[in-house]
Amino acid sequence: MAVAPSSSNALLQSSDEAVIQFEDVRIGFAEGEVLRDLSFTARLRETLILLGETGTGKTLTLKLAAGLMRPDSGNVQVLGKQISTLQEHDLLEFRRQVGFVFQEGALFDSLTVGENVAYRLTEDAVAEEEIESRVREVLKFVELEHTMDMLPSELSGGMRRRVSIARALVNHPPIVLYDSPTAGLDPITSQTIITLILRLRDVYGVTALLATHRLQDGFALANFLFDPATRKVQRVTPGSSDSAAMTRFLVLKDGKVYFEGSPEEILHSKDPYLQRFLI
Amino acid sequence: MNETPTQVVEQRIGPAETPSVYEVLLDVGKQSVYKVQEYAKLSLRSLTNLASAPRYGQDTIAQMDDIGVGSLPIVLLSGFFIGAVMVLQTGAQFERFGQSSLTGDVVSLALVRELGPSITGLLVAGRCASGIASELGSMQVTEQVDAMRAMGTDPSRKLVSPRVLASLLTVPLLTTISVFVGLIGGMVASVFSLRLNAFTFWQRAIAILHVSDLMQGLSKSVVYGFILATVGCYHGLNVRGGTQGVGRATTQAVVVSSVMIIVADTFLTKLALFLADKLF
Repeated sequence: MAVAPSSSNALLQSSDEAVIQFEDVRIGFAEGEVLRDLSFTARLRETLILLGETGTGKTLTLKLAAGLMRPDSGNVQVLGKQISTLQEHDLLEFRRQVGFVFQEGALFDSLTVGENVAYRLTEDAVAEEEIESRVREVLKFVELEHTMDMLPSELSGGMRRRVSIARALVNHPPIVLYDSPTAGLDPITSQTIITLILRLRDVYGVTALLATHRLQDGFALANFLFDPATRKVQRVTPGSSDSAAMTRFLVLKDGKVYFEGSPEEILHSKDPYLQRFLI
Repeated sequence: MNETPTQVVEQRIGPAETPSVYEVLLDVGKQSVYKVQEYAKLSLRSLTNLASAPRYGQDTIAQMDDIGVGSLPIVLLSGFFIGAVMVLQTGAQFERFGQSSLTGDVVSLALVRELGPSITGLLVAGRCASGIASELGSMQVTEQVDAMRAMGTDPSRKLVSPRVLASLLTVPLLTTISVFVGLIGGMVASVFSLRLNAFTFWQRAIAILHVSDLMQGLSKSVVYGFILATVGCYHGLNVRGGTQGVGRATTQAVVVSSVMIIVADTFLTKLALFLADKLF
C-alpha cells in the first residue's frame, strides 16, 4: 500500500523530536483526582503502550492528548502545539491531525461504513471521486472493503473496531491514539486488531499511544513488525533499531507514571505490581 | 470543551465533614446557575454559528423534514379539534345572549394569538424536544459526539445549529397551518352545532384580525421553536449515566421545554400587547 505522508509528518524530521509531551498534568472529577503530575514524552514514530488497571486514567490521557479535555494544570504539547491552552476553534483544526480509535468504535450508527470512513473527507469537502478511492483504500487496508454499504449495527465487534481504525487513518494522521482496541474481543480478533495496528505503524510510520490493560498487546507490537515489501509479519531481530524497537511501556498507577521502559525491562522487573500484569 | 477545569471545579469533593444545609443549598444554587449559563452559551452559539462557515444545509433540511413534516399529522389533528371545541365552548355562552355570531371573532383571536402557537409549541416540544434529546443523548453515551469532536467537527455546528434553524423555520409554519385548520374545525362545528352560516363565520374570523395579532402569534411560535430545539439539544448533549441518563434527559427535555414555553407565553403576551398599543 502506498504511503502518503501527511504534511505534519513531513515537518517532523528528527526521531528524537517529542511529538506528544505531558508535563505535570493534573485532572480530577467529582470522584477525586485521576491524574497527578503525569509527565511523559512520545517521540516520532514511537509506540507508547499505556498500561494500567481500570480507572487509572488511560482513556483520560488519550483524551487529553487529543485535546478532547483540558487538564486542571500542567502542559500537554502535541505536534509542537500547547493544546492545553488552545481555543476550541484551534483545537478542531488540530484534531484533524490526530486519529482517535475509541474503545467501542464510536461509529455513527445512522451512517454506513463507507460514510463513516468518509466522514472527515466529506467535512473537508474533498471531491467525491477522491473520497470513494480513499475510502476503498483504507477499507481494503483493514480488509473490510465488502462492508462499505453496511450499517455499523450489521458488523461484529471486531469489525467495528477495524472500521474505526480505517476512519482514523483515512486522512493519514501522523498520530493515532488507540483506546483499548482489543478490550472485550476474543483472542483471535484481538490478534487481528494488533496486526492491523502493527501494519499501520510500519506502513504509515505513525506515532501512537495505545491504552490497554493487556500486556500481550504491547509485547506483540514490540516483538513483531510488518514488512511492506513481503507483506508479512515477522519477528523482530534482537538488537535491531526498527519500528518495533521503538515500542515502550508506560504503566500508570494512582494517576502517575509508575514505570516507563522497554519490553525487556518490564519483563524482567521484580516489582510486585508490574508482575501482576505478567501473570 | 467538555469537563474543563472550570466546569468540574464545583463538582470537586469537599471536605470530609458533613456539609451544612447552607452549603448544600449554596451548592444546588451554584449548579443551577451553572446549568443556566451553559444553556445560554449553547443557545447563543447555535445562533452565532449560522453567521459563519461551515454550515450544514443538508442536515438542516433533514431536520426540517423531521420536525416540520413529521409533526404535521398531530398538528393538523389537534388544530382541527381545538378549533371545533373552542366553538362548542364559547358558542354555548354566546347563545345565552343571542350573540352566537361573535363565535368566529373569539375563536379566531384565541387561535391566532394564543392557542395556535401555544398548542403547536407544546405538541412539537413533546414530539421533537424528546426526539432531539434522546438522539443526541444516545450519541453522547456511545462517544459519537466525542468521535465527531476528535475528527475536527464542532458538534454545536453539526448537531445543534441545524436543529435550531429547522425548528425556527418550521414551528411558525406549523403554527400557521394549525391556526388555519383550527378555523376550519371551528367553522365546521359552528355550522353543525350552532347552525351558523359558514361564510359569516369565516368572514368575521378574518375581519377581526389585525396585523398585531398575526405578529403576536408568529413571534411566539418563533420563540417556542427556539426553546424546544435548544432545550432538547442541551439535555441531549449533557447526558450522564448511560441509557438511564438518556431516558432522564428525554423526560427533562419535554418537561423543561413545556414549562419554558408556558412561562415565555405570559411574558410574550404582555410584551406583544404593550407593543400593539404603541405601534399599531
